[in-house]
Amino acid sequence: MILRIVLAGLLCLGVTVALGWAVLERPMPVENLPERVASAMPESGVEHPITAVLLNFRSYDTLLEIAVLLVAVVVALALREAQPDQPEQMGLDNPLLRAVMAWLLPLILVVAGFLLWAGSYQPGGAFQAGSVLAAAGVLLRLAGVTTNWLDNALLMRAGLALGLLTFLGIGLLVMLPGVPFLTYPAAHAGTLILVIELTLTLSIGLTLLSLFRLTPPYADDPDDARPQEDRNL
Amino acid sequence: MSGSLVFAWSGVLLFGLGLFGFIAHRHLLRRLLAFNIMGSGSFLVLVGLAQEGRGVDPVPHALVITGIVVAVASTALALVVFRRWYRASGRTDLPEDT
Repeated sequence: MILRIVLAGLLCLGVTVALGWAVLERPMPVENLPERVASAMPESGVEHPITAVLLNFRSYDTLLEIAVLLVAVVVALALREAQPDQPEQMGLDNPLLRAVMAWLLPLILVVAGFLLWAGSYQPGGAFQAGSVLAAAGVLLRLAGVTTNWLDNALLMRAGLALGLLTFLGIGLLVMLPGVPFLTYPAAHAGTLILVIELTLTLSIGLTLLSLFRLTPPYADDPDDARPQEDRNL
Repeated sequence: MSGSLVFAWSGVLLFGLGLFGFIAHRHLLRRLLAFNIMGSGSFLVLVGLAQEGRGVDPVPHALVITGIVVAVASTALALVVFRRWYRASGRTDLPEDT
């Protein structure tokens, strides 16, 4: 056991030193990416370079990322325990939290909307806004507010897939005039990106929230591992 | 020594610490935490090295924000899988393959 730790420590020390050396001796990039991004900004439809990279120049990455999120939540749905997810099971029956949530919720929603809108000209965008939305949902859950509307299987799945489907749909739609996949026309790029970001925000928020909801606190005894009555989610 | 190098070396240090935790610990939750620390380290390297020489490079920044969201989702998925494993087997670690 001691030998194992020592060996692991030596190995990791070696890896760290090698990586540190590699960072010091790295070659300068040949391609001047900041300049290329800056020169392509006028046709991107947004004013912030990171949003332009995320949703225009390298939108393939973002598309696949949304696909990864969807796969993660689908697998989690398939593996979930058949157990009722009741508000009282969250175990935080705190009147103070509920009262504070009543004040905070509108603010959180406004912040999410602002982040989404701000993404076109300053740091912000769909991921940040989606995370804030999910945080609002998690807080609601912890405060014991019922989120049964999320149990509607069809609506829930439609919401989870909305972002990816819209992204794919717009990517395919712009192919009609004969340009490659996901190449937005410069004139409409801003609108298309806003539509994509809006649906992405909803889907990301729902994805993170349902990943949280899928593991309610529960007696986690291994002996208790028998399926209860099945439930639609 | 430039500022970006400090970030990159901190990232390398985090990566090494995470790697050590990943190897040294057997409990699955500890391993997941260690893996996340490794991921944070590599994000820090990407972001740190992105802002040297020719000004801020937005491409690695966009990659990192994509990576963060994927890391959160995969961590949640791993937790679901671990719970399932614990319920099925009663163990918090994986069996040794000898």
